[in-house]
Amino acid sequence: MPPRTLFDKVWEAHAVRSLDNGQTQLFIGTHLIHEVTSPQAFGMLDDLGLPVRMPQRTFATVDHIVPTDRREEPFDDELADQMIKALRTNCTRHGITYFDLHSGLQGIVHMVGPELGITQPGSTIACGDSHTSTHGAFGAVAFGIGTSGVRDVLATQTLAMSRPKVRRVEVVGALAPGVFAKDVILHIIRTLGVNGGIGYAYEYAGEVFDAMSMEERMTVCNMSIEGGARCGYVNPDQTTIDYLEGRPYAPQGADWDAAVTRWRALASDPGAEYDDVVVIDATDIAPTVTWGINPGQAIAIDESIPHPERVPAHERASVEEALAHMQLTPGAPIRGTKIDVAFLGSCTNARLSDFREVAARLRGRRVAPGVKAIAVPGSTLVKEACEREGIDRVLEDAGFEWRAAGCSMCLAMNPDKLVGDQLCASSSNRNFKGRQGSASGRTVLMSPVMVAAAAVTGMVADAREVFGPAEAVA
Amino acid sequence: MAALAPIGTVVGRGVVVPGDDIDTDRIIPARYLRCVTFDDLAEGLFRDERIGNDGLPTGHPLDRSEHAGATVLVSGRNFGCGSSREHAPQAIARAGFRAVIAGSFAEIFFANSTTLGLVCLSLDEEPLAELRSAVQAAPAVELTLDVPSATVTMGERSFQGHLPESARSALLAGRYDPLSELLAGAEAVRRVADSLPYVRATGGRR
Ligand code: SF4
Repeated sequence: MPPRTLFDKVWEAHAVRSLDNGQTQLFIGTHLIHEVTSPQAFGMLDDLGLPVRMPQRTFATVDHIVPTDRREEPFDDELADQMIKALRTNCTRHGITYFDLHSGLQGIVHMVGPELGITQPGSTIACGDSHTSTHGAFGAVAFGIGTSGVRDVLATQTLAMSRPKVRRVEVVGALAPGVFAKDVILHIIRTLGVNGGIGYAYEYAGEVFDAMSMEERMTVCNMSIEGGARCGYVNPDQTTIDYLEGRPYAPQGADWDAAVTRWRALASDPGAEYDDVVVIDATDIAPTVTWGINPGQAIAIDESIPHPERVPAHERASVEEALAHMQLTPGAPIRGTKIDVAFLGSCTNARLSDFREVAARLRGRRVAPGVKAIAVPGSTLVKEACEREGIDRVLEDAGFEWRAAGCSMCLAMNPDKLVGDQLCASSSNRNFKGRQGSASGRTVLMSPVMVAAAAVTGMVADAREVFGPAEAVA
Repeated sequence: MAALAPIGTVVGRGVVVPGDDIDTDRIIPARYLRCVTFDDLAEGLFRDERIGNDGLPTGHPLDRSEHAGATVLVSGRNFGCGSSREHAPQAIARAGFRAVIAGSFAEIFFANSTTLGLVCLSLDEEPLAELRSAVQAAPAVELTLDVPSATVTMGERSFQGHLPESARSALLAGRYDPLSELLAGAEAVRRVADSLPYVRATGGRR
């Protein structure tokens, strides 16, 4: 057999047949659902009188609408309350495993799959949520779908898909101290553009990804969609295997050994052909922040806000619109921009390692006066792990509010919202207009450590200067 | 399942929503996603661009009288980027639109729209700019979007667009909602499910 990419191998193992329009009927081994994009799908199934074909392959949790402070039901928001009830009823009715609010396992759907070992190498994973690309960190082919897609998976365990091309994104060399996975993906999106990945699956490869932990790989894969790529993955290796061993839904005993053997064979073969290859030098990557209204509008922390007249003509209108919304001045440094809110959370960066990095720097420091700072763990398990390590106390002593798990201010479907034109230093993934709950609210995306630096200084800052060189942080 | 009507042409007046990279949070702000049906989504369409902070209409193109009843939305590059929410094309369709013409489309948005029979035609930069000016200059003139040839005609002028073959053939055959065809593959699905150890591991019906 000619050398193949991981993508080829997984796609071929899951391709059911060709459809009339030339698309592939693709088997979806693992389906994740949450309260926002599933109720209508269950409704469609009911209208058609169809059962769920393989309920044992769908897993549910509740994340977008849950309050992160007062979690007792009924919720104050009647609509949110209806949504959690609908999810609960639909899962019970169809025999779907549901990690409910007080199960101890609830969290953002893209945190829950990996930490329970549901997310596995070589699988296909779909979810009615664009950040499903996160699961690609394990060498899965994972992508977001709409509600009709959720219906299709529930009814048939398959989707009609066009096969994407594969682009290898190689980041060679080593990252400088104080540069994080979030900076890597912001740099990639800035380099390849927010629509550069349309029609592609991204294979992240090279020394930088080899050296990353699973949590860092998830941060990168999570934002593939922000670069237009519906799915992004890292080839599984020993790091992947070590992460999964012993997790509740990972194979056990003899099954584990067999699975490991299969997983090791999944990585792209040497000599496999790619539709495109991009090589990025790790030393070009600095702590990166966004200045605009899409994640590609990003600069290194020591760069200045762009001048509309100095960008290519077709980008000018977008740049002007972004500057107007962000109330930023062309040519001014981004560093020093005053912030109102600091948000640590989201499926991009609310894992244990993120909070450890932040806590190591916040010990003995205080959030600047006038800054509202909230820390929202991505899952209940992350919350508990942080609390066992005393991370919650470090953050609270510094002036952060320590909350329960959910999406929170990443998209503000729950009560956590920006007010008016507040500017938020955010560890989330989208800086779209209105994303954090106020139409005129402003978002600056950055790594968790940079959010911590912004919180304590009250402005967008270089964490390396605020906390000292990364090596010095214990 | 009932067969869907084939879609060969869309005829209607256009309205331009200017800008590139218009994301789904702008098309339908997240607070409108607090629902268990799609029924009331039209009201949220571009809501935060149409109503200002002061609670007053901003004079958005969608609210201008000359565009009332428009059924073709014309925008810029990378339309529908961001979240996978089908609420976005649902809101557009429920507000009466039958087609979107843009420079390019985000993938999930394109797939969601096509399933609903909302035609997404992409146009190269120059023809798109020309079409946008034409619609703005003569809002009363109807556009005719022809699916087989992937062209859009306005008065004397015709613009060649792009429509992937899979979407084109599905629209023309009335098979843009893939569910019936997917259901018909049940036997082949079982074979694939049985060949995958991680799927077999959870037992249950296949
Ligand atoms: S944390 Fe944000 S991006 Fe992630 S699933 Fe929740 S809303 Fe979506």
